[in-house]
Amino acid sequence: MRTVVFLFVLFLACFTILMPSTLHLGGLTLYRPVIRTPFFTRDLNFKLGLDLQGGSHLAYDIDTTQIPGSDWGQAVAATVANIERRVNLLGVSEAVVQTSQANDSYRLIVELPGISDINQALTTIGATAILEFKQVHQATPEAQPEFTATDLSGADLKAATVQFDQSQAASAGRPVVAIEFTPAGAQKFSQITKSSIGQRLAIFLDDQLVTAPVVQEEISDGKAIISGDFTVEAATGLAIQLTAGALPLPIHLVSQKNIGATLGSESVVKSLFAAVIGLIFIWFFMFAVYGRKGLLANIALTFYIFISLSFFKLIPITLTLAGIAGFVLSVGMAVDANVLIFERIREEQRWGRRPQAAMELGFLRAWNSVRDSNASSLITASLLFWFGTGSVRGFALTLIVGILVSLFTSITITRALLRTWNL
Amino acid sequence: MEFIKYTKIYFLISLIVLVPGLISLIFIGLRPSIDFTGGSLIEIQTRQPVSETQIRQSVADADLDLSSLVRSTDNSYLLRLKPIDQSQHDSLLVALNTSYEGVFSQRFETIGPTVGAELTKRAVMAVSLASLAIIAYIAWSFRSVPKPYSSWKFGITAIIALGHDLLVVLGLFSIFGHFFAVEVDALFVTALLTVIGFSVHDTIVVFDRIRENLGKQPHLTFSQVADFSLTETLGRSLNTSATVILTLTSLLLFGGSAIRWFVIALLIGIVSGTYSSIFNATPLLVLWTSRSKPVQK
Repeated sequence: MRTVVFLFVLFLACFTILMPSTLHLGGLTLYRPVIRTPFFTRDLNFKLGLDLQGGSHLAYDIDTTQIPGSDWGQAVAATVANIERRVNLLGVSEAVVQTSQANDSYRLIVELPGISDINQALTTIGATAILEFKQVHQATPEAQPEFTATDLSGADLKAATVQFDQSQAASAGRPVVAIEFTPAGAQKFSQITKSSIGQRLAIFLDDQLVTAPVVQEEISDGKAIISGDFTVEAATGLAIQLTAGALPLPIHLVSQKNIGATLGSESVVKSLFAAVIGLIFIWFFMFAVYGRKGLLANIALTFYIFISLSFFKLIPITLTLAGIAGFVLSVGMAVDANVLIFERIREEQRWGRRPQAAMELGFLRAWNSVRDSNASSLITASLLFWFGTGSVRGFALTLIVGILVSLFTSITITRALLRTWNL
Repeated sequence: MEFIKYTKIYFLISLIVLVPGLISLIFIGLRPSIDFTGGSLIEIQTRQPVSETQIRQSVADADLDLSSLVRSTDNSYLLRLKPIDQSQHDSLLVALNTSYEGVFSQRFETIGPTVGAELTKRAVMAVSLASLAIIAYIAWSFRSVPKPYSSWKFGITAIIALGHDLLVVLGLFSIFGHFFAVEVDALFVTALLTVIGFSVHDTIVVFDRIRENLGKQPHLTFSQVADFSLTETLGRSLNTSATVILTLTSLLLFGGSAIRWFVIALLIGIVSGTYSSIFNATPLLVLWTSRSKPVQK
């Protein structure tokens, strides 16, 4: 009786985690809960890797050669924070920004699931976005202009947005970038404009002259417009870059993977189908070889699948193609402990023990092999986790979760079921 | 059943599988993918049939260095090139679309040479560390083996069986690389590490039984205990491998092309792992321990 209650509660817990976010049952509508604690939030959606939902994986080298080693940690953190802002501005949901360190070099990984315009992403992330304002001195209209730097820079910027030219001039309706300075920046800007009325003020982005309008009057409200020959996309890109600010350290793209979405969804359907077929094979096999005991092991195996999938959502583990393959493989290995135990029970019976005693002894004596053999798999899976990035890690994590959960289902659950029903 | 009597036959079978693979491995080697060497990979799909020569021509016109071209399905090709960037990729696609309307890029990967070198280093490290960790773990967990048997011998023998399985997979993939242009990538290393786990898993189950029986039947010789233990664990070894092979076969048949060679590597490794744990590891342990026995007496 206790077993039934326990399994029922376990089933309900898994069901709550695994069900779709809303479920209609007759007239009843069920909503999947969202776990919220002060430390973490889980929306209980499956996280799909890039190979399954399509998207881009970008790896950058962070160039730290220009600054002393003692400043690396801080500069890298600032660079990453900046890249995160830029990625957020791209509007990709569930984007991932990570760094890894190997010896003296830092690697930055950006994953952009479901991104459609990779070129925009590459320019937005990679742009250095150094904004400078320079005063222009020109002796005669024909002479080469001379630029003198001002103390006003991108750091004084509060916000940059895209607007459309509302003047009556020929440029009306064209996209422009409206910038707003911080109070300190507004003060500097006011002084610069005051001292250069009638002259040009040049705006440089990454050492490129963007525009050099003539200053008509002192601007003291800290607002200005950068107008150029912009398309809407270019203006948006510029606004994003200006808002995100300059990168503290230069970065270089070292590897890039783009995966089309259709390729991924085909693979998901195929490997899920394969998983179901594999599961049916195992069900038949276990029943054919171990009879009634095999049926109970099959129930435990079904729980194995429910519990593992629940953990995938709870941890959460990003599912990749290799990860799904690892899971299908682990379904095959999950019955291994049961096979070991059942074979042992058979032997104990062959040696003349009564079924009840043989069963208990089988569980007890098979434990050594079960523990040792799973320990070796855990060791390699952990090393796999360390070795890999991205999809390999997903595979390793699914294996690790699979091994731990299978120990629970194939020993605890199967034993409870056997005690209740076999004898 | 008497297993140990036929030791020579088992080793011969292993050699027949191993030698061609080893020769191929030494003289031809593996075909490393861009994961290790660095480079670019583009998977394109065309709406209308486009021939290989036509694609080669377009790539050459775009002034790109094509290292291999493989047709994966009817209207889909895998192109491997020296590293190119997004804009070069885009202009190639534009060129292809101008000539043969409806060409899509399904996948585009570029990996810099330093990233590839790092992966190679880490793969070698991971495989070596896994082997060392397993020797240590087996030596520790078999420390209660009755005297005069050494638990280190159990560990090292398990690793030799493991080496056998790795070489079988590596050798066959070297041959596959030669005949079917199969490349080894990060996923292949993943498969190798999984095979390591499984192979040792199998060996441990047999060794565990030997340890148990050594204590229970002190009057038997080591070789008799080994025979006895192998007979007892045979059912389990075959049944477990059967369930794993069933799931892998269904992945191979229905799982799609993206992970086909990954699954094949796993299948080969697991079949080899089952074989080596029964027919290599235990006979080897018997050979080793019986030789050293007279010395200890």
